[in-house]
Amino acid sequence: MSTERTIMLRVNGRDEPGRFPAHRTLLEALRQIGHTEVKSGCEKGDCGACAVLVDGMAVDSCLTLAWTAEGAEITTVSGLGDLDALHPVQQAFSDGGAAQCGYCTPGIIIAAKAIIDRHPDPTEEDIRIGLSGNLCRCTGYTKVFEAVSEAAAIMRAGSDGR
Amino acid sequence: MNRPNIRFRQVGRPLTRTDAPGKVTGRTPYAGDYVMPGMLHMGVVRADIASARLVRLDVSKARALAGVACVLTAADLPERTASTDIPGQVGQKRLDTGQQILVRERVRYFGEPLALIAAETRDIADHAMELVEIELEPIPGVYDPLEAMKPGAPVVTAPDNIVAERRIRKGDVEAGFAAADLVVENTFRTPFQEHAFLEPEVGLAWVDENDVVNIRVSTQVIEHFRPIADAIGVPHNKVRIRGALVGGGFGGKEDLTVEVYLALLTKRTGRPVRLEYTREDSFVGHGKRHPFILTYRTGVTKEGKITALDVTMVADSGAYVFLSPYVLLYALVAAPGPYRVDNLNVFARAVATNNMFTSAFRGFGALQACAAYEQQMDEVAQAVGLDRLELRRRNFLKTGEPMSTGFVPPSAIWTDQCAERAWAALGEPAPAEGPRCVGRGIACYQQSYGRLTFLHDTSEAWVGVEMDGTVVVRSGVTDIGAGQVSALGQIAVEVLGVTLDNVVVYNSDSAVTPLAGTTTATRALYMTGNAVKQAAEGVRARLVDRAARAFGVEPDAVDLGDNLAFVVDDPEKSMPLVELVRTCGAEGIHRSELAMFRAPFTDFLDPETGQGQAHPDYAYGAHAVEVAVDVDTGEVEVLKSVAAHDVGQCINPAAVEGQIQGGAQNGQGYALSEEMLYEEGRLITPSFSEYLMPTAMDMPKVECIILESRSGVGPYGAKGIGEPAMTPVAPAIANAVADAIGVRVFEMPITPERVVRALKRRDEAARSGPVA
Ligand code: FES
Ligand code: FES
Repeated sequence: MSTERTIMLRVNGRDEPGRFPAHRTLLEALRQIGHTEVKSGCEKGDCGACAVLVDGMAVDSCLTLAWTAEGAEITTVSGLGDLDALHPVQQAFSDGGAAQCGYCTPGIIIAAKAIIDRHPDPTEEDIRIGLSGNLCRCTGYTKVFEAVSEAAAIMRAGSDGR
Repeated sequence: MNRPNIRFRQVGRPLTRTDAPGKVTGRTPYAGDYVMPGMLHMGVVRADIASARLVRLDVSKARALAGVACVLTAADLPERTASTDIPGQVGQKRLDTGQQILVRERVRYFGEPLALIAAETRDIADHAMELVEIELEPIPGVYDPLEAMKPGAPVVTAPDNIVAERRIRKGDVEAGFAAADLVVENTFRTPFQEHAFLEPEVGLAWVDENDVVNIRVSTQVIEHFRPIADAIGVPHNKVRIRGALVGGGFGGKEDLTVEVYLALLTKRTGRPVRLEYTREDSFVGHGKRHPFILTYRTGVTKEGKITALDVTMVADSGAYVFLSPYVLLYALVAAPGPYRVDNLNVFARAVATNNMFTSAFRGFGALQACAAYEQQMDEVAQAVGLDRLELRRRNFLKTGEPMSTGFVPPSAIWTDQCAERAWAALGEPAPAEGPRCVGRGIACYQQSYGRLTFLHDTSEAWVGVEMDGTVVVRSGVTDIGAGQVSALGQIAVEVLGVTLDNVVVYNSDSAVTPLAGTTTATRALYMTGNAVKQAAEGVRARLVDRAARAFGVEPDAVDLGDNLAFVVDDPEKSMPLVELVRTCGAEGIHRSELAMFRAPFTDFLDPETGQGQAHPDYAYGAHAVEVAVDVDTGEVEVLKSVAAHDVGQCINPAAVEGQIQGGAQNGQGYALSEEMLYEEGRLITPSFSEYLMPTAMDMPKVECIILESRSGVGPYGAKGIGEPAMTPVAPAIANAVADAIGVRVFEMPITPERVVRALKRRDEAARSGPVA
């Protein structure tokens, strides 16, 4: 077995230790330390279910090695908001019926957040390109597109910077 | 019976689904998110040849690896099979079509499981899988259903590979063809399809203090506890399925997946065991959509009246039977589509091959029939020189008319309105530019909702009101993402006059929630919605009765709403629901009710003529699209996608739209890009980078037109929408492509290569002049 090392991952603003071998992906590591909100759909970078923000960039955590994420700010869907205080993106997805089975949703919401961070007033093209790495089998994307536009509008109006 | 709610308070509103906040925050646990102390991790060792004899299987090195807790092969198991027949709350005997649990001697398909491994970590399990020594001796296999029917073909299912054969004989087809001015004949092919739910199959099993095997699993069917118990040799009450919200099903989690493997290993080791399929496991581990070869011969008059139809269907059922006989039956019944055909012959066969076994998939055979009959309608229209919509109009089955099996669907048939509305909504056509041709297509359909009536389907639900006026619903139904649970909550609170935030629904536990049957066959809302409504009405009747006594009026003068009981004509006379419920509690008035809803029970269709009732009722609608085809590259882009369905009554319009839009994606992939390539039964496209479903770059915004005839047999007149949403999409696209390029691609998916080949065929035909 390969050597293991204890590393500190900074997840949703908290330092969380974990002991992992060199080949452990960030997806597996996050789930191992309890972040089951990060989903596994293919482990090959094809589906986007495992997307998290690493220093503000949406990445597929299944293609990232845990050791390389040491020191980075990692944000999962749970880091954006919780049941009593939904983030505008979460609110728009919830109100707009953009989550059906919900399995792709944690990754898609992360991708949506990254889109809006880059394009506060995203065009349809911006949204499509930003979501092109995230597969969804339930929604046909229509309500997802609408939720991203809606969330961007709410965030522009509120611009509370979250 | 209470008076019906005319003015809905909860039903019909686009409410935020009760499951939405948990899903958008990552709070919702899926089956794969559960862990237990001391849990083992499993792997499944699979055959890499589709047709072979198992010569040697040596697991000694794997067993010897440190950290391996258990390795099982067929040699370690008694001779039992796992049932592949129709599951759920059915009152009929199952067919005897079991599958070996692990390969004993003969491998019948690529990926068939050979051995199960449980180890302390997933890494160790993976390593142990590599240490298993396998020797397979190839046996000639058969990979084409037409070949498999020939004399002398390798036998997959004795004696002749015919798994099921069904017929419709109605009217006088010979006379019908004699009366025709024209006969149009075409053969269409439809492909395998992968469900591609985002959550791969997963489960966690343990043995509890009562020696009950508990399985937390992602499934559409908790009633599988029965075949699991039979497969591992324990009584039915010693297996308990605890579902979770399912990360997509579409029929792919209707059959057993990981359950039997988990049950065997937790029994054997006495420890909790977890098995999560990789995406590749998922591609080779569950049944696919049946490919069909469908030949349609239509007799038609100059005026466009269909006088006769003769249909032959061959379905590839793969290496094991699974739900093939039933899928075939759906295709049979759906053969003429939503059209009145009095002279009808249908001959349908499902044939075993060494391909991946095929089973349930959204649309369930009726979708494959639609892919053929709607392309055929366009071909017929062209042959008689009629507008495509006009030909359809002249033949639509109308409300009160008998369908293919002679049965008269009890609800309204609004195909006509749906087709008109969908077609009109396409608006102004997009301009053709350069190599891009633009075309339009439409497809109409008939799709059942509810299971085959000879199965004698039932569903149970329990509804209770707590002392503080909140509502609890218990029902075994599984929620596969369409908002099944939320809709049940909506129905319960509608009846009881409270708001949606006051209900909690407990579901999908085979031991403690009343069994509701499967979430399949577009039956969840119809069956369990009716059961919940009945149960809630039982509670309501007692509450209203007590309130009426308090108000000194007749019970039918009292209504419940906004968490109040009040007199309808004198709303000043009211009391909070909480007070009413407390009074009932104090007086021992029953505040809960367990109800069972029964679908119509019928006999099997007449085996010779196929006449009789097959389903409770049918849904009707249409899908229209506009596409652009690049004649240089053969690429097809869907520009507009519009659906119009009569859903009877919307329970939650947002959820209905979601189903329709998702169905549009499933159907678009099926028509254009989703291709499972097999070589001698070996799948060579087992990933999402090879199996291409439509992404955010490919999908147009899907427009939904929802009609409500309030005539369905579901709660409040609802019909179903889960399967119907997908059924007409692919033929609409095929028709649009043919419209754009003037030649039809008869085989799906309509890939760029097939388009380019069809264009060559068109150009060659044009060069050699008109052909008779
Ligand atoms: S799990 Fe990472 S992209 Fe699919
Ligand atoms: S909501 Fe099910 S995969 Fe996207």
